[in-house]
Amino acid sequence: MNFQPIDETSPDQLALEIKGVSKAYSRFPALNNVSLQARDKEFLALLGPSGSGKTTLLRVLAGLEKPDAGEVRFGGEDFLALPVRRRRVGMVFQHYALFRHMTVAQNIAFGLTVRPASERPAKSEIDDRVAKLLALVQLDALGGRFPSQLSGGQRQRVALARALAIEPRMLLLDEPFGALDAQVRRELRRWLRELHDQAGVTTVFVTHDQEEALDLADRVAILKDGELVQIGTPNEVYDNPATPFVFDFLGPSCRIPGVVDSGQLRVADWESAAAPGAPTGAVELFFRPDEVAFAPADGLGLPMHVQGFAQRGPDVRIDCRIGDQAFELQCRGDDLPPGVSVGSEARVRPMRPQVYAA
Amino acid sequence: MAEYAIKPPTADLPTGLIRGWKRYSILPGFPLAMGWTLSWLGLIVLLPLSALIIRPWELGVGGVWATLVDPRVAAALRLSFGAAALAALVNAPLGLLVAWTLTRYEFPGRRTVDALVDLPFALPTAVAGIALTAIYSPNGPLGAMFAKIGIKTAYSPVGVFIALLFIGLPFVVRTVQPVLQDLDREVEEAAHTLGATDFQRFRYVVLPAVAPALLSGVSLAFARGVGEYGSVIFIAGNMPLKSEIAPLLIVIKLEQYDYAGAAAVGLAMLVISFGTLLAVNAAQVFLARRGRA
Repeated sequence: MNFQPIDETSPDQLALEIKGVSKAYSRFPALNNVSLQARDKEFLALLGPSGSGKTTLLRVLAGLEKPDAGEVRFGGEDFLALPVRRRRVGMVFQHYALFRHMTVAQNIAFGLTVRPASERPAKSEIDDRVAKLLALVQLDALGGRFPSQLSGGQRQRVALARALAIEPRMLLLDEPFGALDAQVRRELRRWLRELHDQAGVTTVFVTHDQEEALDLADRVAILKDGELVQIGTPNEVYDNPATPFVFDFLGPSCRIPGVVDSGQLRVADWESAAAPGAPTGAVELFFRPDEVAFAPADGLGLPMHVQGFAQRGPDVRIDCRIGDQAFELQCRGDDLPPGVSVGSEARVRPMRPQVYAA
Repeated sequence: MAEYAIKPPTADLPTGLIRGWKRYSILPGFPLAMGWTLSWLGLIVLLPLSALIIRPWELGVGGVWATLVDPRVAAALRLSFGAAALAALVNAPLGLLVAWTLTRYEFPGRRTVDALVDLPFALPTAVAGIALTAIYSPNGPLGAMFAKIGIKTAYSPVGVFIALLFIGLPFVVRTVQPVLQDLDREVEEAAHTLGATDFQRFRYVVLPAVAPALLSGVSLAFARGVGEYGSVIFIAGNMPLKSEIAPLLIVIKLEQYDYAGAAAVGLAMLVISFGTLLAVNAAQVFLARRGRA
């Protein structure tokens, strides 16, 4: 494969710049003033619920949608001025979008064979490249098959090979694993990341699966209702979600109302020092149900009334009430203080709470 | 990466009656359904046709041959099959275009245009024939125009062709339309991002997908054109050796109580039509199996 080697001297080279992109379908806005950047060879995930505009943004990058306003640059070049077929982006669709009347090898070669004669590689060179790509996606023996003879995971690998065949400047993946079952998805995920590192192409990946995004990407951009809510490395966004929406979207969450007053956070009868920069007044406290510490009823934390346990292996799920709210907390069995039993009172302390203005 | 279960090449796909005969199926009622199908087809289609096949031979082989090589009969057969084939072939690109426009674009009045396509189906063929004649006759509006550039439309083989064009269009449109409708747009978009031009997307992505349907639409239009009677006889002028179609010749022979002669012409049409449809079917199976093998 003839990819350019990664340029070690300027790893932070900017590749993709999106500035103020807006797009509306009739009256409903799909993208509202979205700006973000991707570095060269970066793996960027666009994460959001359905209707958040992530796929629209990807299609704008591919040229399949025209934004109403804004600017897209790639490698400094005005990308919007380029017609789709001159952008040289490799796009992979959720439902593979393979050419079903062509063999796997013909599918992969398509982007090369449709080139004008002056730019088209020789037949032997195309065959050569197809063979290499087949090896890369581990389908060496299946070049002569038709897509309908392959499993879903294999089809998606063919689609990826087809996209890579044109030596794309950027790889765009639209929920590529959405139609696959969980186990295949996890395997392909690892493999895609390795492939990306090997090929060194700037990659934009759309998903609604937060686990996939956090696991796979260098940086995650979270979208909601057509707007960019937060962008950062998986750790940054997971540890410091910018809004309650992000906190909620990135994993299971518990929320409980409280008050911040002169640097003190008060929830029920529990007081602790508020994190610096926390809003004052009525707030909402968010925490992960598995990031909690328990204490006996006379210890520190939120008062909770234990209503039931469910054990699965070493993990325990605790159904409880804090105030008049029901919660399901998670912990390891040995972390439970002695004396906590169904019907008893105890204390629970969120380990890494986030406080947002209510 | 784990190897996923790969289906073996389906060499046991039923390609003919024999191989598909004893396959296990979860659907119940095969003997009953098959029995009904065969007896119904036999009763409705094969029985009358067998009468047609038996009848001509009372003339003897030489008599049948003599009937068929009679210049008037030969000319009529040539005209019927030639005009039907030509009209069906011309309808292929035009019908595809109409279906394309109706499925791909949103425009005011789309539903009305869509309904218009069916009119040749719905109209009694004689009405269509009279209407076409009125327009294409030498003193009709279009006929006069064509006459100026030296083309005689009505009362000539051109008239036959025009009538069959009219009759055949909905067959092509209606068979291609649903396939175009169901075509996955993402596949075309994929081709687009891979660098294919508009023409290449049409040629290598859309056309192969609609080809089987297009072929079956064309063969339907052709079959209908061969047998078309009502709309043609008004506009054709029915001059022996020139613009007389085979179905009309059969009617003429019947009126002359030459039943065996009429059956001989009918048999010839049957054989040619059946052969053509078989060939088209084979081509269609070939096209449809690419990618599904």
